[in-house]
Parts: sequence; C-alpha cells; structure tokens
Amino acid sequence: MNLDFSQIVPSIPFILKGIWVTLQIVSVSLIFGFILGTILSIFKIGKLAILRWFADAYTSIFRGTPLILQLFLIYFATPQLTGIDISAYAAAVLTFGLNSAAYVSEIIRAGIQAVDKGQREAAEALGVPYRPMLINIILPQAIKNILPALVNEFITLTKESAIISTIGVLDIMRRAQIVSAERYIAFEPLMFAAILYYIMVMALTLLGRLLERRMRRSD
Amino acid sequence: MIKIRNLYKSFGKLEVLKDISTDIAKGDVVAIIGPSGSGKSTFLRCLNLLEVPTSGQVWIGEDEITNPKINIMKVRQKIGMVFQHFHLFPHMDTLGNITYAPMKVKGLKEAEAKQKAMELLKKVGLEDKANEYPVRLSGGQKQRVAIARALAMEPEIMLFDEPTSALDPEMVKEVLDVMKSLAQSGMTMAIVTHEMGFAREVADRVFFLEEGRLLEDTPPVEFFSNPKTERAKAFLDKIL
Repeated sequence: MNLDFSQIVPSIPFILKGIWVTLQIVSVSLIFGFILGTILSIFKIGKLAILRWFADAYTSIFRGTPLILQLFLIYFATPQLTGIDISAYAAAVLTFGLNSAAYVSEIIRAGIQAVDKGQREAAEALGVPYRPMLINIILPQAIKNILPALVNEFITLTKESAIISTIGVLDIMRRAQIVSAERYIAFEPLMFAAILYYIMVMALTLLGRLLERRMRRSD
Repeated sequence: MIKIRNLYKSFGKLEVLKDISTDIAKGDVVAIIGPSGSGKSTFLRCLNLLEVPTSGQVWIGEDEITNPKINIMKVRQKIGMVFQHFHLFPHMDTLGNITYAPMKVKGLKEAEAKQKAMELLKKVGLEDKANEYPVRLSGGQKQRVAIARALAMEPEIMLFDEPTSALDPEMVKEVLDVMKSLAQSGMTMAIVTHEMGFAREVADRVFFLEEGRLLEDTPPVEFFSNPKTERAKAFLDKIL
C-alpha cells in the first residue's frame, strides 16, 4: 500500500473550486425543481383532470427512467433533434431541475393530503375561497410534513449531481478525476472529493434540523 | 330561512338521505337526533354544501344553494358551522382563529376584527385565552373558541355537528351553556346531538331521522313523552 496525500496538495485548490460549481448547479436546480414541483403538486390536488393527468404522467416518466439517461438525452440528444447546442451547465441544471420537480411534487402532494381534511372543511364552512385556504390554512400545516422529506431530496440532489462529471462539467467529481489522471493516483483525490461531498451533505442535514426545530415551536 | 325539498344523498350505492322535505324558520332551534348511521350529519352537511345533495333542492333564505350557478362561498358566510372535532387552525392562536375569516373573507381591518373577537371571547368566557394556541386548550375550551370563530362571521344560521360528542363529560356543560344562550338570543340553529336533556330543554323542534328518512318533526315535549312513530319509541327506549 502506498498512500500519499501530500501528492494531491498542489491540486487541492483546483478541486476546491469544484465546490462552487457543484453548489451553483445544485442550488439553481433546487430552486427550479422546487418551483416546478410546487406547481405540479397543485395540479395533482386540483380539480382539473387534464392537469392531474399531466402531472402524474410527468412524475411517472421522470421517476421511471435513470437520471443519467435523462441527462444524456438533454445534453446529447436534444441538439441532434433541434439543432440547438446546449451548454453542459444548462443541460445539468435543466435535467436536475426537471427530475427533482417530479420528486418534490410527490413530497408536497403527500404533505398537503396528510393535513386533516377537517381543516379544509372548517375553512370552507367559513366561506374562505380555495386559494387563501390553501396558502393560509393548508400549506403552513403541510410544511411540517414536507420539510424532512424535502431536505432528504436536496441531499440526494447534491450527491447525484456528481453524474454531471460525465458531460464534462468541472464539478468536484470531475476535478477529482482529472487530478487522478494527471498524477496516476486514484484513492487520494477521490477520498478528498468524498469528504467534500460529505461535508456539504452534513451542512444540509444540519440546516434541515434547525428549520424543523423552528417549525415545532407552535406545537 | 331554510327550505328543503325532496333531498336525496347517496354515497355510491348507499342511499344516505331519502326524500327529505322540511322548512326551518328564522329563530328555530332544531335538534336532529337518531341512531348512528341514520344520516344526521350528512343532512346537516347538505345545508352548507359540504356534501352536495344527489338530488332535491335546498334554499338558504332567497338563495337556492343546490343551483350549480350559486356562489356557495357567499352563502356559507351566512352559515356558521361547529364540528365534533373542533377543527381549529392549529398554527394560529385563539385570536388568529377567530379573526382570520372576517379579515380574509369580509375584509375587516385587524383592529376591528380583534375587538369583535374579544367581545365574542368574553361571551364564551375565554377572554384570558386570547393568545393561547389550540394545543394548550381543553376540549371544551376549543369548542367554545370554535363557536366564537363561527359567530365572528355574523352568521344568520348556526349548524352544530355533534358539538359535545368528543368532549370529556365534565366539559359538556360549558359548551351547552354557550349554545343555550345563543339559542335564547334568537339564532336559527340546527344541532345534531345525543344530548337528549339539552334537546328537550332548548330545542323548538326535534327531527328524528332513521335510515335516511325524516320520520318525525315534533316539539320536544311531545317527542320525548309521546313519540308518533314506533321507531322513535324504540330508539328512546334504548337511550333513556
């Protein structure tokens, strides 16, 4: 066994720059996925059958196929089909956003439906219209059910973002691979990348716990 | 005030309400009683369209609520409802629960809504609980807040769906007392209840439902001493 972490020291700043790339892609996809997921979840609980059908089909497709395949379809296949070249960065954000929306919409739908239906009836009996009922009565209660699962989804997204290295985005994973190839060592740069991902996930976990604790104050 | 004609309600193949026709006049206090599964709650819920009747017509004042074109939200503002399990909004304190609908639906200013809420809390004897959250209230207190919440919309009709059935016995009276004073103030009320003493004392009329039919509509004194139908007799024999 010959492990020598000092070999990667000169490359550490190069790998560290990947944190910014990963964070950027994850946070933009996260926001995109959250907004789209919220819209889809509203379709799912709504009255219009066509929108419900659309949202269900959407979720079914994005959950039913591999993420890496979706990424390749968007990055490699879309230009072939449309002639429009898409940057690796845009393809990554688009894929992760679209994919995450499918999961987020299920999380929010389940969270909303877990709120006692008496809450809705009480609001209806008071003459409160649908939209304020959803926003002021149902959603604040649903958040408590939604939050832990949502943090989980964000963690998954952060880790899964490593597959964007396959389309050449210079994220943590890709940079670790480059260092590995340059110096003919595998363990040290990969281990370093693993630690970076782990720290990011721990930070998210902690943030989730803090938020949850704040929410429980009214219990 | 309320006019009901040939009301039917089915859930799938199960026919829950069968051909109910009756009128409830302004100021009437109606106790709706009957065995469980007789359709009492469904009947009550058809009056503010929490259940949509399968056929038949219901008028609230001038508005035919069974007409699909009606703005039911508008009509519901005139009908307060109190539920067996309170359904207070757990993320709002007592004042928040009471002021939410008047502010959101009627556009009252916060100060005005709060002042009104405090008056109502005084009426139900809970001024000191204005800033408590529902988890910190007992069942009886929750139900009194729920009544205040419904009254804050200044309804013309109040519906009560087994308001004391989920309460510990020692808390039943405080809720019934509030309802009694409400009845004495001239409110039109329909109450699904198992509290026979209350029905006898407070109601003007007793509706006896069984298997979805309105079998009796009788003043309470007569109903409890000399029911018209055999079924009502059998029911009363079992519970009294």
